[in-house]
This record gives sequence, structure tokens and C-alpha cells, in this order.
Amino acid sequence: MSDDAKQSAVRCTLNGRPRRDFVPDNMLLVDFLRETVGLTGTKIGCDGGECGCCTVLIDGEPRHACLTLAAVCDGTEIETIESLDTGGRLAAIQRGFNEKLGAQCGFCTPGMVMAAEGLLRENPNPTDDDIRAGLAANICRCTGYVKILEAVHFAADELAGRDKEAAA
Amino acid sequence: MNEIKKDVKPAKVIGVPRPLIDGPEKVSGKALYTADFIPYDHMVGRIFRSPVAHANIIEVDTSKAEALEGVLGVVTGDDCDEGFGVLPIARYEYPMARERVRYRGEPVAAVAAVDVETAQKALDLIEFKYEELPAYFTSEEAMAPDAVSLHEHREGNIERDVDYDLGDVDGGFAEADLVLEREYNCAEICQVQSEPHAAIAEYDAERDYMTVRASTQVPFYVHLMLAKTLKMDQSRIRMIKPHIGGGFGCRTECLNVELICALLARKAKGTVRLVVNREETFITHRGRPETDVKLKVGMKKDGTITAVDCQAIQRGGAYGGYGIVTILYAGSLINGIYQLDAVRYNGLRVLTNTPPPGAMRGHGTVDVRYGFEAILDELSVELGLDPIEVRRKNLLKEPYETLNEMFINSYGLPEALDIVEKESGWKDKRGKPGKDGDGKYRGLGVGCAHYPCGASKPVNWTGEPHATVHLKLDWDASITVLTGAPEIGQGSSTMVAQCAAEVLGLDMTRFQVHSGDSKLVPKDNGAYSSRITYMVGNASIEAARNLKTILIEAAAKKLDAKPEDIECLGEVYRAASQDEGLTFEEVVMAALEGTGTITVKGNFDTLPESHGTRKFRGGAIGGSMAYAYAAEVVQVAVDPDTAEVEVEQVWVAQDVGRALNPLSVEGQIQGSVWMGMGQAFCEGTRFHNGLPITGNMLDYRVPSIVESPPIDTHIVESVDPNGPYGAKEAGETSLAAFIPAYTNAIADALGVRPIDLPVTPDRLMELIEARETEERVAAAQDPSVAAE
Repeated sequence: MSDDAKQSAVRCTLNGRPRRDFVPDNMLLVDFLRETVGLTGTKIGCDGGECGCCTVLIDGEPRHACLTLAAVCDGTEIETIESLDTGGRLAAIQRGFNEKLGAQCGFCTPGMVMAAEGLLRENPNPTDDDIRAGLAANICRCTGYVKILEAVHFAADELAGRDKEAAA
Repeated sequence: MNEIKKDVKPAKVIGVPRPLIDGPEKVSGKALYTADFIPYDHMVGRIFRSPVAHANIIEVDTSKAEALEGVLGVVTGDDCDEGFGVLPIARYEYPMARERVRYRGEPVAAVAAVDVETAQKALDLIEFKYEELPAYFTSEEAMAPDAVSLHEHREGNIERDVDYDLGDVDGGFAEADLVLEREYNCAEICQVQSEPHAAIAEYDAERDYMTVRASTQVPFYVHLMLAKTLKMDQSRIRMIKPHIGGGFGCRTECLNVELICALLARKAKGTVRLVVNREETFITHRGRPETDVKLKVGMKKDGTITAVDCQAIQRGGAYGGYGIVTILYAGSLINGIYQLDAVRYNGLRVLTNTPPPGAMRGHGTVDVRYGFEAILDELSVELGLDPIEVRRKNLLKEPYETLNEMFINSYGLPEALDIVEKESGWKDKRGKPGKDGDGKYRGLGVGCAHYPCGASKPVNWTGEPHATVHLKLDWDASITVLTGAPEIGQGSSTMVAQCAAEVLGLDMTRFQVHSGDSKLVPKDNGAYSSRITYMVGNASIEAARNLKTILIEAAAKKLDAKPEDIECLGEVYRAASQDEGLTFEEVVMAALEGTGTITVKGNFDTLPESHGTRKFRGGAIGGSMAYAYAAEVVQVAVDPDTAEVEVEQVWVAQDVGRALNPLSVEGQIQGSVWMGMGQAFCEGTRFHNGLPITGNMLDYRVPSIVESPPIDTHIVESVDPNGPYGAKEAGETSLAAFIPAYTNAIADALGVRPIDLPVTPDRLMELIEARETEERVAAAQDPSVAAE
């Protein structure tokens, strides 16, 4: 049973709040988030590193939470999908996915949105090819990706304060 | 009271692009899927699966597993002797195998334990004794004369043999100027929906009451099968459908996952959470069967099709599932897209020792449509005709009755063809062989497809209407839409609310939709065969009209006018244009006076003439009130050194009758085109002695964003006479058209014609090399070339 496993102390910042936990050394970050903390926005879509549904940001970088041990997150800052909307308003990238229909069933969406958020922080003005490279590890089965590209451009434009009407 | 604005108009809801009503939950991680319900006191369920493909069960000894501390329940095939399945005549699959296992990975037993580790240890303690039988992994092996029958009642391993001959087929071939015969092998594929299967069952032992949440497209059928397999009164079961992470047909029938979960919960007397992993989701399967399509088509010099002879053999896996429907659909849907006067069909659904396929997106039609559109292209090229012109030559004229009595009342294919021809630059770009400046060969190909809008006759005929929607209007002047139509990401909840909002002229903000709780919402058959927009949309419209009648009468009474003189402007009801009228809130209060909260309902039923033919057994499959149509052009660039094919651009035009929500319709069409692309170039399951070796998302490769092309999407609105505001289906039609458009484009680029699916680079390279060898041999034998 898991309580027999060796445990480690983990101090991290999760969605802006500092935490201190003892986690079994074999516990995956995705299980820690979903089952220990109760943040179920991060999804599990495969048996490890194939689908990207569990993408979170660790120190600002997109990471598979299913390939990351919770114990190695000591001293890191972790952001999940639940952290993005603030003050009652969706973040630009979330609005992009909502308004451009970048999400249909929505199951890959949390991971896709976090990967896109990571991309936009790194590259606020991505081309189609940049977006393709940034989201290459995230599988969506609903959209054919056409509207996902539009969603990311929508967010980039909004963050840059570009007037979409004028641009068009 | 509320102030009335002078310039008020009814809200325009239909035809306006809008995000999904549950979009904000999905983009913020708040949408709860089945696996997101993690109650503190739940037990973890795990399934013990067969390590062999075909064997008699001698013993399943679970005593050691049961004795392990932390194990709270173990079930085996002995715990359930009731079969489940789609058709009442084919319910011979059990939640866990009884007497025999018939595919590798078939559930044999299951455990419920306090945590994952204990559950896993318990599985290791189960002793499974068996006696192996010969196993068959291809249709051919299973049909061999000496093959052991998988099921006693299915001799020769034939689940269904369909045969019919309509019109003068032999005469048609005699009349043709060119007859071609081809055989296409289409690999078995899987949906690979994002969400692996999951169920959570809560058994209330005190009341003998079962609540099940499950990732399903058909909560009602799951409810029915839970009652059957648990032998529980159906009124004691509550079925809840949370958010669903995609379906594409893999959850169009009840799966063993939800049944095993409920059996475990009852055994362990508590709440069991059974979340299967991706590999198990692949094994649960219900994808598109491997199909061998043999086609013979005759054509006149002017492009007229004179006769069609088609044989389809489907590797049906170990159990019936939707199998009979799939093999019937494959034949029925040869018809209804072109004018065809002579069609012969033979379909064989074969039982094999592989996981059972199901009703994947484009159910039944896709592989046959691929072959048909590919052979049409080949005939066109050989006769020196333009493939788009050949399709035009064979267009039907609506209203049209097909040979198998399908009725076509709206038909936007001619316009769809015009659009993709023009937008793709077809006339300039196609038929230009040779290498481009970048060393690549480019080509264009066309393909068409159609799909029904729900089966006019449901598989379980009960006499109830096809769809029922309730609208609840209360003192707060908000309207709650209660529908059993399962929202699975396709946007059905948005569509149902839109239809009601349009009738009432109200903004969508007044509406909330509840779907998928069997104790709250009216029964619905589920999300399959593209039935929801057509059927549930119509039911929603009728419910809203009934509500509007009540509101108009209430307004008339209040304003001391006749109901026929009341003008409904959505937020305002008035007696004449000069009258300032009543606000919606005032009308609602007037309507509630003396009666309280109002609930109205609307139904939809199909017209009996759309129920399909009785000319041959199973002819009702394919009968629908309407059919959607798509035309597609694909542009490819082929690297001759690696045989890698890049899809540079897709142009698609789909006749959806009327786009109720153009944003959502575009999304459906694009996703559909793209799923066809996966089947065309990379997807396919593989087995080694029945062991699935593509049970993950790396070995079973689906296209990533990197190789996904721009899809130029056009909507054609033929306005169907019976559709809700003229609408037809949007989410399945375009899939099948991609595949032939793709292989036809490769043929246009290279002069080499791919046959089998998927068209992987190694397969294409073989074809290119074979052609080069042929050319070298021809050159060596040709004295004029040798002399040079």
C-alpha cells in the first residue's frame, strides 16, 4: 500500500498558494493534483506521456504531470488550469478556446490551454508553425486543430491589445 | 414594473455563430467528467482480463484475492448470467466471460479494494485455469470450413450474411463501356476519444438502489442494460451522464466497464470507481471493423454509372455489438448519393477472436464509400473524363426514392461540388503530372459522401416518440430545458436551447440546459447516427411552440385581447403595435396565475414512409428522414524519395440543411474531415496472436497538430423540409469523403493508385517501386527504346 512507501516533504507554490505536503516517492504529480489536492481540471488521457491532457506549468514550463513525480516538485511553482481565470474573468487563452471553439468535448482542453499559455509567455506573437511546434505534444480528437490555431491567435491578439477589427 | 423598450425585436438565435453553452466550464477545468468524481470513501475497481484469445474456462479461483486484506468485493462471470448488447436478437455478450473467453483482454473477473495497490495485488492472486481453443484473427481464418464456432448459435462464424440484388445489375454491366473490379482492404481503426472509459457506481444497500455515472453516449441504453444484467427493477436505478470526453461511436452501446462497476458496487455494498486505462480502452474497442471491400462498377463513356456490385466482409470481433447494423448500413448507404439503377450487395459480418468493433463515426458507410469513390475516380481517368464532371453526371434529382426505398428530400451535393471545384482551383491544378520545383509531386483529388440524420426506426421499438423535450418555466422567468440528449462535446445542449430560444424570440441567457440524469430528464435514445439535431431539435421546437401558445393566451387575457392579435417579440408581448404591451416577466406571472410552475413538452416522431424498405431483411437500416451531403477536394504533396505525403490543403463543402450554429457546424465538419485523414494515412490496429500491439497512442498513431492541414470549410444550406429550421446532420458526413479524395489526389500526383488503408509511406513506396520496375521491364522489352 502507498502508506508503506517512502515519503518526501514537498514545499511548492500551487496556483499561487504555498503548500507543504508529504508525498510518497512514487506518487505522480497528476495523482497528487487530482486525488490529494482535489484539482481535477488536469486530466489523464493515456498511460503515460502520449496525449498531453495532463499538461501543467512548472516554473512556467509546460510539463506532463503524468511523467513528473510529485516529490521532485519541491521548491517549484506549479500552475494548473484552475489558476488561469482571475477576478471572475477567463484568461485570454481560455477566452480564445471558448469563443473560437478550440474546445469541443473539452477533455484535452486543460492540457492544451496550459501548453498554449506556456507558449504565449515564451512567444507572445507566434506563427502557425510556432503554435504547431508548441502544441505538438497535445492530442485533440475533436477539432482537427483548425480552431485551436485560431484560439491561440485570438489570445495572442488580445494580449497584444491588437484591434482585431482593424487588423482584419 | 419592468420598463418596455420601444424598439424591441425577437432575438435572432438560429444561424448566429456562438460558443457552446458549456464552453466556460471546459476551458477553466471546472467541467466534471466521470473520473473526476473521487469520493473519499470510494473503492478502486480493477478488471482481470483473459491472457488468451480463445479458451474454455475451467476455473476462475478468486479465493486468495478475496482473502486479501483491503479487498471488499470480487466478481466473476458467475455473478452475472444475463447478456447485454444492442439488438434484442444479439445480446449474447456478458459483462465478464462465462464458460469461454473469446478475445485476449476480455474481462474474466474484477475486484474492488481500498486502494490501487491492493486491487492490483488482488488481481495477481486470481487463478485462471483454461483450455485453449484454436483462435482466428482474420475473417478468412474464421470462415474456413473446419473452423471452430466462437458461438454455438452462429455456425461458420457468420454473424450476418446480407444479400440483395436491386434493378438489372447484369444488364447494367452489359450496357457499360468500361467495367472495373477492385478490392480494397481497410484496416480496423479506433476512436481514441480523449477520455478513457470510466464509471462510478454507488450502491445504496439500505434501499437496494443503484446510482451510476458513466462515460457514455447512450445513458438510457446503459440504464436498460444495468437493469437487465443486475436483475434490478429499472426504477431503482439512476443513471447520470457527466461531461463526456468525446465518443465518435465508441460509447454508442453499453460497455462492460459500467456493468462490471455496478456489479462490484453491489457486491462490495458501496461506491466503486472503475477508471480503465488507455490500453483497456483500446481493448474495449467498438471502433471501425477491418473491412474487405470488393467493388465492380460499370460506366458508360459519358460517365453514367450503369451498375454496382459490392461485397463487404467485416472482421466483427468476438461478439455481435452493432455488427448486424454495421454490415447492413454498409450496403444500404451505397444508395442515396447518386442516381443508381442497379445495385447488388453481399455483406458478411464475421466473428473472430479479436475485440468487438462497434458503430464508429460514419457508421457502416466509410470503407465502402472509400472504395466507391476511388473506383469512380479510376473509371473517370480511364475514360478520359473529369472526376467532378462524372459525379455531376450521376447526381440525383430530389425528391428521389432510391432502389432500397430511402427518400431524399433535400440534396445540396451539386452546390457542394461547385464550391470545392471553384475554391480549390481544380480546373487549373488537377491533372498536372510531373515534379514541382521543390522536388515534390502535387495532385488534387475529389471525394463525396453522405450520412443519415438518425435511424427512422430505432433498434428497440417501443412505440414511444423518437425524442421528447421538456421546458420548465418558473416565476423567475428563466427556462430550464430538460433533455436526455447526451452532450458529448458535439454541442447538443447548445443546439437544443437555440431551437427553443428561436421559437420564443428570447436570448439564450434565459435558458439553462440539464441533460443526462435519468431521474430528471425525459428519456432519450442517445447520441448516435447523427440523430440529435434532427430529432431532438424538432422536439425542442415543438415544446417551445407549446409554451409560446400558453404565454400568448396569458398575455391576451391580461391585455383583454384575442390570442390571434397578440404579437410576440420575445421580451415583449403586445396586442397591437401601438400598445406598449407586457414584459416577458409580466407575461410569465400572468401565465403562472392559478396554475404555478409550467412544464411543457415537445415530441418528435419520424414519418412512417422513412422507415425503410421491406424488400429485403434488414432493409430498415439506412432509412432516415434526411441525408446530409459533402464534397471534398484534397491537395497533397508527395516526396518521391520517402513516399511521405503531406496534405497541404483541404476544401470541404457540406450540405447541413441549415447551420443552426455555424461555428459549431464548422467545428464538426473540420473534426470529421480530420478523423478521415487519420484513417487515410496512419491509423490502424494490429494484433500479434490476438495480443493488441497498438494499445497506446504512440503505436496507434493519430495525427498531431504538426501534420494537420488547413481545412477550408464551406456550409451549404439546402433547407430540409422536415429538419429543425431545415437542419440536417453536421458531424459524420465529411469523414468518409476525405479518404478517397486523399488517395485520388495521390493518384493524380504520382499516377500510382493506393488501394489499401492506411496509405503509409512504406506501402506507397512499394507501389512506386513496383511501377518503376514495370516501366524498366517495359523499356527493356521495347526495341525502339533499346535501340537508342
